[in-house]
Amino acid sequence: MLRTADVSDWRAVLSGAFAQNRLRTAIAVLAIALGVALGFAVQLINGSAVDALAQGVRTVSGDADLVVRGPRSGFDEALFVRFARDPEVAVASPAVEVEARVAGRNDALRIVGLDLFRAAAIQPGLVAETGSGLDMLRPDAIFLSAAARAAFGLAPGDTIALQVGLVDARLRVAGQLAGAAGERIAAMDIAGAQALFGRLGRLTRIDLRLSEGVDPRRFAERHAAALPAGVAIDRPDASLRATESVSRSYRVNLNVLALVALFTGGLLVSSTQALGVVRRRAQFALLRVLGVTRGRLARLVALEGALIGAAGATLGVVAGYAIARIAVRFAGSDLGAGFFRGVEPSLAVDPWALATFFLLGVVAALGGSLVPAREAARAAPARALKAGDEETALSRMRSPAAGLALFVLGALLVGLPPVDGLPIAGYAAIACLLAGTLLAMPWIAGMALARAPVPRSPPSALAFAQLRGAPGQVAVSLAAIVAAVSLVVSMAIMVQSFRSSLDAWLARVLPAEVYFRVPSADTAFIAPADRARIEALPGVARVEFLREELLLLDAARPRVVLLARPLAEADAAARLPLVDAPVARPAGAPPPVWVNEAMVDLYGFRAGRVVALPIAGREVPFFVAGVWRDYGRPQGAVQVDEATFVALTGERNATNGAVWLASGASAANVRDAIRAAVPGGERLEVALPGEIRALSLAAFDRTFAVTYALELAAVAIGLFGLSSAFGALVVARRREFGVLRHLGMTRRQVGAMLATEGAATAALGVGVGTVLGAAISLILVYVVNRQSFHWGMELDVPWVNLALFGLAVVALATLTAMLSGRQAMGVDAVRAVKEDW
Amino acid sequence: MLSIRALGKRYTGPRERTVLAGVDLELAAGDYVAIMGESGVGKSTLLNLVAGLDRADEGSIRIGGAELSSLDDDALTVLRRERLGFVFQAFHVLPYLSLAANVALPLALVGVGGDERERRVAEMLAAVGLADRAASFPRELSGGELQRVAIARALVHRPMLVLADEPTGNLDPESASAILALLRDQVKGRGAAGILVTHSLAAARSADRVLLLTREGLRAHGDGS
Repeated sequence: MLRTADVSDWRAVLSGAFAQNRLRTAIAVLAIALGVALGFAVQLINGSAVDALAQGVRTVSGDADLVVRGPRSGFDEALFVRFARDPEVAVASPAVEVEARVAGRNDALRIVGLDLFRAAAIQPGLVAETGSGLDMLRPDAIFLSAAARAAFGLAPGDTIALQVGLVDARLRVAGQLAGAAGERIAAMDIAGAQALFGRLGRLTRIDLRLSEGVDPRRFAERHAAALPAGVAIDRPDASLRATESVSRSYRVNLNVLALVALFTGGLLVSSTQALGVVRRRAQFALLRVLGVTRGRLARLVALEGALIGAAGATLGVVAGYAIARIAVRFAGSDLGAGFFRGVEPSLAVDPWALATFFLLGVVAALGGSLVPAREAARAAPARALKAGDEETALSRMRSPAAGLALFVLGALLVGLPPVDGLPIAGYAAIACLLAGTLLAMPWIAGMALARAPVPRSPPSALAFAQLRGAPGQVAVSLAAIVAAVSLVVSMAIMVQSFRSSLDAWLARVLPAEVYFRVPSADTAFIAPADRARIEALPGVARVEFLREELLLLDAARPRVVLLARPLAEADAAARLPLVDAPVARPAGAPPPVWVNEAMVDLYGFRAGRVVALPIAGREVPFFVAGVWRDYGRPQGAVQVDEATFVALTGERNATNGAVWLASGASAANVRDAIRAAVPGGERLEVALPGEIRALSLAAFDRTFAVTYALELAAVAIGLFGLSSAFGALVVARRREFGVLRHLGMTRRQVGAMLATEGAATAALGVGVGTVLGAAISLILVYVVNRQSFHWGMELDVPWVNLALFGLAVVALATLTAMLSGRQAMGVDAVRAVKEDW
Repeated sequence: MLSIRALGKRYTGPRERTVLAGVDLELAAGDYVAIMGESGVGKSTLLNLVAGLDRADEGSIRIGGAELSSLDDDALTVLRRERLGFVFQAFHVLPYLSLAANVALPLALVGVGGDERERRVAEMLAAVGLADRAASFPRELSGGELQRVAIARALVHRPMLVLADEPTGNLDPESASAILALLRDQVKGRGAAGILVTHSLAAARSADRVLLLTREGLRAHGDGS
């Protein structure tokens, strides 16, 4: 325990250290603040959105013990009778859920049709809070949540127009729901909803409250086997997990990016502290001579780091909250990714998250200070008192053994499967590569500089001699820039690979000239008569219709998309973007199905296997004839031939269509003709492939916009790190510059020497960072993306952009070194050579 | 070779102070003088003015015919590079260069390269007794050895004038004596002039003449004191 005198000693040394390095300390604090702010903001935004989703699930399920759910199109309502009569069920509440398009707006509203009397017992949040409760029995009345009322600007008594099929249905807003304040949701009478949305005789869910003493798990197990195929019984939070899982990988990826920014901030603290220790080596040695123990000295340096971390973390959580508010306001709760439509989160600060990110900031800075602290304690005072001993301080870092061991560990981790759907091993492999490279940097720097050609001019030759003599200092200076460059390079390669693969995929999956679809597959469809009208339009050579369904294969996962379209086995390779050659179906095998990559990862639907799909209430066997690439449905999708689907379901209504034009026909004219040909056709969404491609790529760019911000922040931190390191080195080398001025080097020559050092150091950092980034990009492309989102992509390296980026970083670093050098130029050469111990 | 006339230097500021006034000194090639004086009397200031690292307020300094007050910073730097050599109290041998590279540095700056540079470096290292340590680094040397390297560096480019500021201040008496003898022999043997600034009378006696710097200027040590 510290005595009073000790405390004042510590304060004096610390305040002196911070006062001496005011700018560098401030930059280190800002770097930590940036990392904490980004991480906390991402956590705050996502946490709030997920909380709002959870609230929505709680509202819809109320205090139900179990929920029976099935395909999006619903299941036979006879199932309700079975549960309602079960003596172990206290209350069974049937429901019909649809996503209805609000007329005149590009927005959907979730509508739940309920039996008022049963819902009141289980889902009180979906019962009217204002207005007459009896209105919940009227088929033309609807109750909105507070968020829905605010979003659509509706008050009780107003009329809301919803698109049902291709026509508008008008409902009277009868009041506000008691719960679900943060979610855009509405409730109405179940019979009215069934009639209005074409769900007569069908339900989409049954919420069950069991009688006292009945074990929900055993009840569910007993009933599961007897349920129709594609219908599941599970805890209500299973659907939350399913909804959450769609965005979880994206959220985790953002958090990892923010942590990388924080890690880079930690490196900045490390380089600031390491060079601060080098600079104060003689001062520390004097303290040791005066009787300060090794432990106290180490704790002093660590405490400096912790104080930087605490200051940065405090600033960071405040800034994070501000960033989250701004981001939610301008980019939405999904930061532009489109996962949480209809959710209006209010930012609620979770004290645990706040404490976690505050601690992460402190730990990052403290961690960054540990090696310098250990070094400060280990220095032999007598030797450290001599000038020119700086590199000795860092020479112990030159063994590549620890770095190489981490490379090997990283390589081994790459092959491991995901953990709970997340690429934990992939992230760990990236961390190993990053840490291994940083640990091996002194060795890499030593090797690279030893092999670099020596320039002829004395200033440049001196610069190289200095760098060769001090690879440890070079490595410390470079840590932050290597991390930042590797982050940018890896993300640039991954994003470019993804974008070009997406572009190629769009070209492949959009072969027709005009596309159209119903505005909401829940409530609208293209009937056979409408299909015939469209096919008969002038200018139309061929139309291919498609039916989209949502099937429940696993209650804990989101529903899988089923696409039924004319698809002959022989044409599959030509028409689908298959990732491998199609598998020949053996004689006698069930009908073919083509699955996307997510189905392979999530459900094990590998090519050549026979699998079962719940269609029309029964398990239907299919032969997996091929795997196709799909960037639109990470929850999983399957394609079957329309004839097979019709034979199984009798369903001939379509939801989408693709038109090939007759020779000389105009796409714009055909677009108009389609809208005019079908009753309510003006409701159809009709688009040309170019428009769909542009929209898709714009959505892609929006999704990655936040990552660009994080990358820029990391590069800024990296450059700060280099600047900080150079600044410290310049101060530490004042005597050297003084001597060189005595020996006849002009200010310009000293400046050129520093510029050469800056350029060579940055080039080394950019080179190593690029190689590391390229290695990380392979893990991102082939492991992290595949395990997170279940899609593959072709590697595409943006050579020109990377070259320009590398040159820009080298130029900025050179400029940074030169600006730091001005400090050296400003130091009186005479005074500098006089300063010594 | 070195001509100082009526040299004066004042430091301005809240407490204006005259450091040097009426300093005259003439040195010819081969002259080796020691300058002594109380702390704060301006010994180091005088060396800085001669080195072109500071500007005089009065008087003139000519080195090899060049008037320092007429030269800009770059020209002073070139003059320093070509005509002066320095030996410091704290050696100031660059830690990241080998001994040979340290000694070669002034030659590189004046554009002497190739075999000629190697020959002269080898000759200088031999002259200071470090012929077999050319590839060593400063961290491997004792203080006395480091000062030998500094002397070799100060003379390798054949300067007109060598300025030594307390060159034995960091050395033990035995090493100091050897270094002083070496410095004198090398300066005089190579036809250069030398100024040795020191607090030590013993060190000063290694020079041809001992001068005392006072508020009134330079005078021979022992004159009227």
